[in-house]
Amino acid sequence: MVKLNRRQFVATGAAVLASPGILRAEQAPIKFGLVHPVSGALSFSGSQCRLGGVLAIKHINDAGGIKALGGAKIDALLGDAQSRPEVGASVVEQMAEQKVVGFTGSYSSAISLATTQAAAKYDIPFCLDGPTAQLITERGLRNTFRFFPTNATLVDDALRSLDALNKSAGSPAKTAILVHEDGEFGTNTAKLLSSKLPGINIEVRELIAHATPTRDFSNIALRIKAAAPDMVIITNYTNEYVLLNRTLVQQKVNLVAVFSVSGAGFNLKFVKDQPTIASGIIDFNNWYNPKDSRSAKFRAEIETKGEPFTWEALHGYFAVRLLADAIERAGSTDKNKVIAALETSTFSDHFMPYGPTKFVAGQNQGARMVALQAQDGDIKVIAPAEFAEAKAIFPRHPLK
Amino acid sequence: MWELLFPAVLNGILLGGVYALVALGLTLIYGVLHIVNFAHGTLLMIGMFMVWLLAAKMGIDPYLALPVVTLAMGALGWALYTGLIGPVSRGEDKMLLLATLGVSILFDNGMMVAFSGDTRSIETAHSFSTVDIGPALVPVTKLVSFGFAVVVAGALWAFIALTETGRAIRAVAKEADGARLMGIRPARMYAVAFAVGTACTGAAACLLLPSFYVNPGVGNVFILIAFTIVVLGGMGSFVGAAFGALLVGVIESLGGLFLGESLGPILVPLTFIAVLLFRPNGLFGRS
Repeated sequence: MVKLNRRQFVATGAAVLASPGILRAEQAPIKFGLVHPVSGALSFSGSQCRLGGVLAIKHINDAGGIKALGGAKIDALLGDAQSRPEVGASVVEQMAEQKVVGFTGSYSSAISLATTQAAAKYDIPFCLDGPTAQLITERGLRNTFRFFPTNATLVDDALRSLDALNKSAGSPAKTAILVHEDGEFGTNTAKLLSSKLPGINIEVRELIAHATPTRDFSNIALRIKAAAPDMVIITNYTNEYVLLNRTLVQQKVNLVAVFSVSGAGFNLKFVKDQPTIASGIIDFNNWYNPKDSRSAKFRAEIETKGEPFTWEALHGYFAVRLLADAIERAGSTDKNKVIAALETSTFSDHFMPYGPTKFVAGQNQGARMVALQAQDGDIKVIAPAEFAEAKAIFPRHPLK
Repeated sequence: MWELLFPAVLNGILLGGVYALVALGLTLIYGVLHIVNFAHGTLLMIGMFMVWLLAAKMGIDPYLALPVVTLAMGALGWALYTGLIGPVSRGEDKMLLLATLGVSILFDNGMMVAFSGDTRSIETAHSFSTVDIGPALVPVTKLVSFGFAVVVAGALWAFIALTETGRAIRAVAKEADGARLMGIRPARMYAVAFAVGTACTGAAACLLLPSFYVNPGVGNVFILIAFTIVVLGGMGSFVGAAFGALLVGVIESLGGLFLGESLGPILVPLTFIAVLLFRPNGLFGRS
């Protein structure tokens, strides 16, 4: 047993008595609300956004918390929108009552329309991660900010990249067939693409719509084979993306390129599971700047957790970092001050393929996607030139 | 036109073979025993995940895995019926329906937690092998599926028509009390039929995965079409299920060719309604 003399006893007692004061001096944690669809149809992508967001909070807390608030740590409140907009809005209401200082989310455009509006009632800042619909930042909600690109310039940017790739290869692609799912996403994107493809000297031979789900793409492959286009451009969802590309390879449909815009099925799992099918497919999508050394480190950190790296995790991560940066700049959790800090933010501590933030009506002006290609069982950035890590394989290698 | 029509018809027949694999197990459970098995699609999905795990993690070819997965799924079906569905339902039809629905919800969400909603697929040595048949380039995977569908249909017919157990199952389906008086245990026959029907999803899973994908929602892609085929062919008729599957496959394929893949699928429910208007018991069903 340890024996204390009188002096030691007094000193220890004083320290114990003083300790509540020391605890009081430590900053109380601040709350971030992360609202994503982690169950239901969108659960995979929503979970990836959450994974990135939680990782960002861990990084910030490990680095000493919010320094401007005396090292206040961030507590994550995790909400499940259940892939339904009204549930997402309800989760926001509940978190607002728990005094969150800001929100991030909510992967899908439909859910984000509801969650940002619910947060706007309380003027709580909301940093978006996944959604691309322009409307979200065009409704005059002063609390809503998007660091990432919208679909407004997506088609133009994608076609500019495609044109550059085609021209640099001597313009081997002169004709295309567009295969799209028959919902709003696929139909609208395909129509927009078909109206603009002639502008880069590519003739659209046909638009082929299909239902979701479609169990068999043999007929579509036959029609494509009969029409013999140079390119197939795809806008559909994950399952059909995999099946269509598999059938095109099975039916030996040789093409200069298979191209997708924001392809739902184009991810590392597909590229690793199906190297033969995926090889050479080009997708215009969100990704990191591969020339920044932090990108590979971030990807490795996700993969060591046993998770596949996805752009959704990247977006979830930087939505939280952007919000935390604004609180640092504001030096306060006051809603108006944080919103003002976001409006004038020049957040540059990131490894996305764009520069410091410049928000106009809540939308970051420099954000853009890049051209990606499946090469050697991995995804490589092939354009624009300043971010390219690999040379484009264009035309695609002929099928054996 | 021939260059498009012939491959489309051939593809429809082969597609029908895939549908038949899923529908045959269902016609045993739904058609013979009148259990509306809402869990059939879920069990197919579990079988497909089993095949995916064996292929992706252990490098076992899905065709080689067929005996193991079929037996494992049969055992799962037996365990599910004797351990959960049977005791919960106590022989009442509406309770059977709710019990299978409960199993479906439980497993769908359990698999979502375990594997996430991500889509997985595999490449095998024969994934891209094709055979020239006239103007058509036919994937070997579809030919194998079709061949197995014929074998499975024949084996199931023989099991039900020629074996003692098959006769006992039919007796229970027709008159459970009478069968009991003859010394047949109805609960056991239900379990056997459920196990055999579930084993069929295991075989279907092995034959599907080389040319399809798997995720926790994949059962829903096949379940509605399987119920359509079972009713269209005549409940409990294996010949009806096999013929119905081929008919649906060809109609779907030709519908896609002539009406487009968006509008084409409407021909299947239209045919279904037309057949039931004139033959309410299905093409091969008995009143």
